[in-house]
Amino acid sequence: MANLRAAIAGIGESRVGRVPDRSALQLQTDAAQAALADAGLKISDIDGLLTTPVRVEHWNMPCGIVAHHLGVRAKYLSTVDIAGASGCGMIHQAAMAIGSGQCETVLCVAGQNLLTHSTRASAVKSMAEGGSAHPQFEVPYGPLVPSLYALVAQRHMHEYGTTPEQMAEVAVTLRRHASMNPNAHKRELITINDVLNSKKIASPLHILDCAIVSDGAAAAIVTSAERARDLKKKPVHLLGQGYGCRHSHIGDTELTTTGAVDAGAAAFKSAGLKPADMDFAQIYDCFTITVIVELEDLGFCKKGEGGHFVEGGRIGIGGELPVTTHGGLLSAGHPGLGGGFFHVLEAVRQLRGEAGERQVKDAEVALVHGNGGVISIHCTLILGGAAA
Amino acid sequence: MTAEALAKVVADRPLPVPDAATGPYWEAARGERLVIPRCDDCGHYHFYPRTLCPQCSSPRLKWTQVSGSGTVYSFTIIHRAPSAAFATAVPYVVAAVKLAEGPHLMTNIVGAAPDAVRIGMPVKVVFQKFSGEITLPMFEPVETA
Repeated sequence: MANLRAAIAGIGESRVGRVPDRSALQLQTDAAQAALADAGLKISDIDGLLTTPVRVEHWNMPCGIVAHHLGVRAKYLSTVDIAGASGCGMIHQAAMAIGSGQCETVLCVAGQNLLTHSTRASAVKSMAEGGSAHPQFEVPYGPLVPSLYALVAQRHMHEYGTTPEQMAEVAVTLRRHASMNPNAHKRELITINDVLNSKKIASPLHILDCAIVSDGAAAAIVTSAERARDLKKKPVHLLGQGYGCRHSHIGDTELTTTGAVDAGAAAFKSAGLKPADMDFAQIYDCFTITVIVELEDLGFCKKGEGGHFVEGGRIGIGGELPVTTHGGLLSAGHPGLGGGFFHVLEAVRQLRGEAGERQVKDAEVALVHGNGGVISIHCTLILGGAAA
Repeated sequence: MTAEALAKVVADRPLPVPDAATGPYWEAARGERLVIPRCDDCGHYHFYPRTLCPQCSSPRLKWTQVSGSGTVYSFTIIHRAPSAAFATAVPYVVAAVKLAEGPHLMTNIVGAAPDAVRIGMPVKVVFQKFSGEITLPMFEPVETA
């Protein structure tokens, strides 16, 4: 696979958490303006635009709505929808558009006011009926999104002896990371007992095993490596990428191995790197079990050893493999489809050495992984501070 | 889920709307038969229904009655209802069942206390009528001597 020679030149995020004073388009505008300022660019420098669908409003063509709202005269625009993997997918698809010569500088932006828009009941209902469960063969049996991941967790516990305490350690670690992120939605420290004693949602998952719901938006500017060299910030290069999808619904498939195997292998191959080369990993974390399964499938440990891998501070900052250092969907924020995009932004901050209190020492190469559906569709990126 | 709790969710439970691809499944369920697609070319069973065999890509698929026997592949006890329709039913069990013929499907386990459900437990299909058109296949534990 050819190196696309693209780089991330700017990143920005809106306020994240409960932001009742901003609409979806306003949040996306906030993120886009922050990314432009970060790169030292103007709207008129942007000639490509990628975004994702939103749930809070009906946008008949999200990329057209967003491009027009921001005043982007796009030579290339598209709406990327690979569910939770869309954040990673936008970066790669921007790189392809630039590599093919269609445009030079792409603004990728996603996010919405999901928390403010949703009363709790309607959020739960839309999550239950919002497409992850099969409308005819699953929804009538009353699954909630967490229950679909609970099936994964229960099976993983059965096959490999993974424990609720190990899953809880993922939540505790990511909350500690979020406590060092000034823009994170949830920053109060929690303990393993807090997780285990939190409200049961769908056994074996407690509410603190589940992602939060937030308002917020994220943006990144992708351009050619050559152009990025002349811009304000140190470029972060796209070194490799891969995709995978092994099922569409969780009820008809094996539960403990996912398309992340294919996405990860392709990404490492295209980058000419291996898991041991990664200084940290921005793993999608819609539920605690997701992190454990993905660490295995991406090759950071053997199948079945993910529960053990996350113990003892190994995935904390300063540990063997810091994971999701901004706090992730479990703690930093989850405004829907754009949630996984914050994982990309954090990788860029770390690789630039701008992560402040939560800086990973000597961070040069990172993996970012997005997952959508119910561990269904995957996109993996390898990013590095130096060009390949 | 007890029969009483089940009865309470009859009214509002979101029921499937059969379409051209799934009509035969729901028609069979109405007659208390469980059918899944089987490939006429390679003999492979699959579920959920597709237009091409996932093993050999053949379009020659036939709805075929299966034994209705299987084992619990995974399960979860739902404590937080997804909608008001299920609020009176919690706690109830959503499970993935592995059919004797191979494919998995999602269902509810009924006729057992939620705490008694285990992975690997043998189960068999039972049919719960919800409307004139829709009967849902569910599973209950097989009595073992």
